[in-house]
Amino acid sequence: MIARLWIVLLVLLAPPAFAQGFAGLGTTAEGFALPDPDTTFDFPQDHLPHEGFRIEWWYLTATLSGADGLDYGLQWTLFRTALGQGADQGWRSPHVWLGHAGMTTPDRHFAAEKIARGGIGQAGVTSGPFDAWIDDWRMLSTDNSLNALRLTAGEGDWGYDVALQAQGPLIAHGAEGYSVKSPTGQASHYYSQPFYTVSGRLNLPEGPVEVTGQAWLDREWSSQPLAEDQSGWDWFSLSFDSGDKLMAFRLRDGGAGFRSGTWITALGEAQPLGDDQIVTTPLAHAQVAGREVPVHWRLEVPSRGVSVEVRALNPQSWMGLSIAYWEGPVQVTGSHTGRGYLEMTGYE
Amino acid sequence: MTRVAWGALISHWRRQPLQLVTLILGLALATALWSAVQAINAEARASYARASEQLATGTQAIIDRPGGGIALATYAQMRRDGWNVAPVLQGRIVLEGRQVTIVGIDVLTHPAAAVTGETPDLTESFLAEGRLFARPDLIARLSGVPDLPPLQANAAVPPGELWTDISVAERLLGQTGQLSHLLVLDPIDAGDLAPGLRLRVEEGNDTVQLTRSFHLNLTAFGFLAFGVGLFIVHGAIGLAFEQRRALFRTLRALGVPLRRLMLVLSIELLGLAVVAGALGLVLGHLVAAALLPDVAATLRGLYGAEVDGALALRPAWVLAGLAMALGGAVVAGTGALAKLRRLPILAGATVVVWAENAGLGSRRQAMAGVALAVLGVIALALFDGLVAGFALLAGLLLGAALCLPLCLSLMLRLGHSAASGPVAQWVWADARAQLPGLSLALMALMLALATNVGVSTMVSSFRLTFTGWLDQRLAAELYVTARDDAQGAEIEAWLAPRVQAVLPIRSAGDRLNGQPATIFGIIEHQTYRDHWPLLQADPAVWARIEAGEGVLINEQLAYRQDLWLGDQVTLAGQSMPVVGVYSDYGNPNPQAIIGMDTLLQLYGDVPNYRFGLRVPPAQVDAVRAELAERFDLPPGGLRANTEVKQVSKAVFENTFVVTGALNALTLGVAGFAILTSLLTLWTSRLPQIAPVWSLGLTRRTIALVELGRSLMLAAFTALIAVPVGLGLAWVLLNVINVEAFGWRLPMFLFPRDWALLTGLALIAAALAAGWPAWRVARVPPAMLLKVFANDR
Amino acid sequence: MLKIDTVTKSYDTGAQHHRVLQGVSLHLAAGEALALTGESGSGKSTLLHLAAALDGFDSGEITLNGAAYSGLDDRGRAQLRRETLALVFQQFSLVPSLTVGDNILFHARLAGRPDPAWAAEVTRRLGLSDLTGRWPEALSGGQQQRVAIARAIAARPQLLLADEPTGNLDEDTATRVLDLMLELVRETGTALWLVTHSEAVAQRVGRRVHLSGGVLA
Repeated sequence: MIARLWIVLLVLLAPPAFAQGFAGLGTTAEGFALPDPDTTFDFPQDHLPHEGFRIEWWYLTATLSGADGLDYGLQWTLFRTALGQGADQGWRSPHVWLGHAGMTTPDRHFAAEKIARGGIGQAGVTSGPFDAWIDDWRMLSTDNSLNALRLTAGEGDWGYDVALQAQGPLIAHGAEGYSVKSPTGQASHYYSQPFYTVSGRLNLPEGPVEVTGQAWLDREWSSQPLAEDQSGWDWFSLSFDSGDKLMAFRLRDGGAGFRSGTWITALGEAQPLGDDQIVTTPLAHAQVAGREVPVHWRLEVPSRGVSVEVRALNPQSWMGLSIAYWEGPVQVTGSHTGRGYLEMTGYE
Repeated sequence: MTRVAWGALISHWRRQPLQLVTLILGLALATALWSAVQAINAEARASYARASEQLATGTQAIIDRPGGGIALATYAQMRRDGWNVAPVLQGRIVLEGRQVTIVGIDVLTHPAAAVTGETPDLTESFLAEGRLFARPDLIARLSGVPDLPPLQANAAVPPGELWTDISVAERLLGQTGQLSHLLVLDPIDAGDLAPGLRLRVEEGNDTVQLTRSFHLNLTAFGFLAFGVGLFIVHGAIGLAFEQRRALFRTLRALGVPLRRLMLVLSIELLGLAVVAGALGLVLGHLVAAALLPDVAATLRGLYGAEVDGALALRPAWVLAGLAMALGGAVVAGTGALAKLRRLPILAGATVVVWAENAGLGSRRQAMAGVALAVLGVIALALFDGLVAGFALLAGLLLGAALCLPLCLSLMLRLGHSAASGPVAQWVWADARAQLPGLSLALMALMLALATNVGVSTMVSSFRLTFTGWLDQRLAAELYVTARDDAQGAEIEAWLAPRVQAVLPIRSAGDRLNGQPATIFGIIEHQTYRDHWPLLQADPAVWARIEAGEGVLINEQLAYRQDLWLGDQVTLAGQSMPVVGVYSDYGNPNPQAIIGMDTLLQLYGDVPNYRFGLRVPPAQVDAVRAELAERFDLPPGGLRANTEVKQVSKAVFENTFVVTGALNALTLGVAGFAILTSLLTLWTSRLPQIAPVWSLGLTRRTIALVELGRSLMLAAFTALIAVPVGLGLAWVLLNVINVEAFGWRLPMFLFPRDWALLTGLALIAAALAAGWPAWRVARVPPAMLLKVFANDR
Repeated sequence: MLKIDTVTKSYDTGAQHHRVLQGVSLHLAAGEALALTGESGSGKSTLLHLAAALDGFDSGEITLNGAAYSGLDDRGRAQLRRETLALVFQQFSLVPSLTVGDNILFHARLAGRPDPAWAAEVTRRLGLSDLTGRWPEALSGGQQQRVAIARAIAARPQLLLADEPTGNLDEDTATRVLDLMLELVRETGTALWLVTHSEAVAQRVGRRVHLSGGVLA
């Protein structure tokens, strides 16, 4: 099954003529809508799909503490990819949906994937109330906002069912949500809801565990978010015990790379961080799925007095799916303490 | 030293090229028949594998909605509810005058999507115009059709089907938002299904199980052919060794060690086997390619299994064929090598003595033969099933073959003692002397003849029974299939005053003792009482059926589950006694018949759109024409029983085309065995002939005697083969058929066929003996005179 | 009775043309005995085979009881061999598939004049009575030779042609067998022509001719 999807997705996301950047995200945007710095968000409409853009995601991660005293993490992601343009419904719809779900314990990591055609009701995002799903994985709101969500996913003998409650406002990244990804101008529309509290249940193979914790939702859409020479990224979403939060990423290329981020105060004020305000230094690597992946980092934001070490809860948090990457909960120590999620792509 | 030995050994073949040809051709023919059968089997199995791979990996369960499609929204909701099912939209359209099945799948969920292409480019699959995947032969046929999406050849697609994305299928079939069925990818409980949906197991997918017996039949034939071929090889190798005895002695006397000599001979043998095996593979491929279309037709007609008409060259097949050739050579050569091992350096023995010695073993051989036949009977008594049946067949045939030399020898002794004239006396005596050298070839002939008698008796008996059964079973003059129940009701009402009777043909699917079965309901009518072919019946069978007090089951079910009169059968949870068993040829699955009221009561409102019409013969054409004109019936919706019979008989005949062809080929091989045996015996014939010639028989007379003797031996062999063949037929009808198909057939005797076969055997023998005899007639006196002077 | 008149015979052995007989003439009367001697390969056997109508010749003529061989077809020659002649070869002249007894009777029966009593006597006198149930293959060379002689005499031919009939026998037996042959020939009035390389044998026969270089001396 996996092998077949692998083939399908290779072609789906990276046809030979366009194979650029990680997972084809660097492909040209010809014919698709392009992010516009003058656009301002319009909620709740912008929670729904932007079909004129080539790719889009609803990306939620949560750091959790179990009733059993252990730390956990979970991931719920829904991607939309347009293979072409047009508003055809039914089987002729050009959209393909991809779902990823992950669940991490200190010593285990679960990952699963779903793929579905758009236009037939098997996957999608609709309003009234807000509902995002692929097969039986679901992110369902009580209304059209993203304030109160119920999240389910799983496969076989593992899964989760948790409730999320937003404790703060939506945060726009970059310039009012226009997030630049390279010096040559690649960009996306990007906002987050980093203030969720979580409670619910993880289903582990050996039995259920009640959990509580924090969650962070990212919403992003674009048509060519990466530059052609960018091969992957390291992306941090950290929640400090102080209540402040930090989103920071480094896009890797042949040279120095490109850094960007957002400082979010406990009150919900967002301050963009530029390329020169963030320093990321890998400290230690782990052998993961046959490759070297940095799972221990130093992250510095001198302007905010931040100098922390970021360590993976479980260095083997590998999402070995048709698009493979590292995604897992991290622990933060140093000038600030806290927890967060780390995503690393493009490590071959 | 080895080089010298090689040179000496090989020079033998240079002087006896005919023997070399015999050896190679014998092994090649044996390999050819065997590998032809294997190629056919492999191709058919590959077809089934492809089909099952495509339809559902690891599961044959599907969900459908009787009488309609499944809405796309229903499918999406099922996915959202966590069902792991894959959608299929399937339908038939006519392209280029040929019905093709469009199979639309969702490439993202279908378990076999990866099979349709090495690079399943989704953009091309379901955006733009899409792609159609089909086997190359179908693509070739469709290349001229306008407005089709691009065709892509793919051998993994089942024959007669066009695979594509559902979006394309919707367009081609002209329907949207509907699915024909869902493949069940993870086990489910049928009780969880929404109302109206049903879970069922694809019956057509069971082709492997259903066709197993057919292929076992073919394989058995392949073994038989190979066995017959082995007789040739054994004879040829044995003679090649015997004739070089003097040479072996000389070589050993000159200091070539025995081991070296044996090694060299083994290598020579293996080399010959490889050459012969390769030749056999080429021949086998040709035979298989010629037979495959008929096999495909049979499998389609009998089991509904689609087999492609094209033959692929498979490495496994090539290796198996070569292995069989090498194995055959080893089997045939081991005895010869063992004899060489025991050969003293100095002892001299002529060919005649060799033949005499071989003759001494005939009694022991016959005992072994009887033992084999007994073992076959024991196998059948101890074990059940088709394999035991074939064990019995093998024991019977091999046993009879081994007894043949002794039987022939006894017959010849009888003839000898009855002979009066000196020439006659010599002929009998000489025939006995020649018997050991010919017995292998005659065994091959006996096997071929017995198989022919057996199989033709089986086929002819079957044909006679089948034809009679068709007449009974298809008692209604016209058969109508409406488009649906509504049209059915309309037709029924319209017909009622116009015909003698309208007999509804209604059925429900069920499982009988775990096997998918069809349950038919019948109304009360004299037609059934008069015509239905009952093998076993309660005296009041029809009354009890109509009263809902019993069930009729078909013979297949009766044999498989050992259910007979008075036994209980459970239908839809209700237990009923068997009140009769009826014959039901050509159908591999269980079937049962109950009263119509009972059917409706047990299975609800089953579809009602097929009818048998009783019409006075003179009005058949008129009713038919009116029906066709008045109602928009589906293609093939109106059939006269004469047409159905015709089609059924065509399918029947098709079934045995391959059997017939293999039979004929086997007989040919046996004829060839006689020819080669006679030719290899040629040099040993001269010392037999020369004295008689010198005593005043012309070469012409001697040649005629030679020919006559071969004919006599063939005739005797045929005489023995006929009863053996009848035994074979009995086993085929009463054991093999019951196991393989589930029906037992009465045996009929066809003496004309035996006469014909005996005639064929004589012709084969005459053809085989003709050339050696002609050589006798033309042999120069000087050559005969050498016999009296030369030291052999 | 037998008249050979300037007969020539040659064989083609590959490229070589080999002239075996170069104008041989000979006459043999009924009841007469004749020994033919000659070097090895001088054509003795060939001449005998020609006389026995086993092979054709190039020129000249052979007549037996006035019938010319050149006018006979295959059937005529076969009839001659069957009914008028009898032959004893050096070896391997028995029918392998018949027992010794059947072999001895075989020629007489072919000729249409079986005489079991006479055959039994011949068998006895040649010392073969104990061997009649055996197969030729089971006999020694000398025994086989005596069976061949018995078969020829049992057929009561008008002309008995024998090619080294005692070649396979030791001297004692050879003498005994030869005596017996001459005796039997005398009793039956048969003409005897035997080929031998043995001076002793030739002397006992009486009349003798010598073949050398393809011509008789």
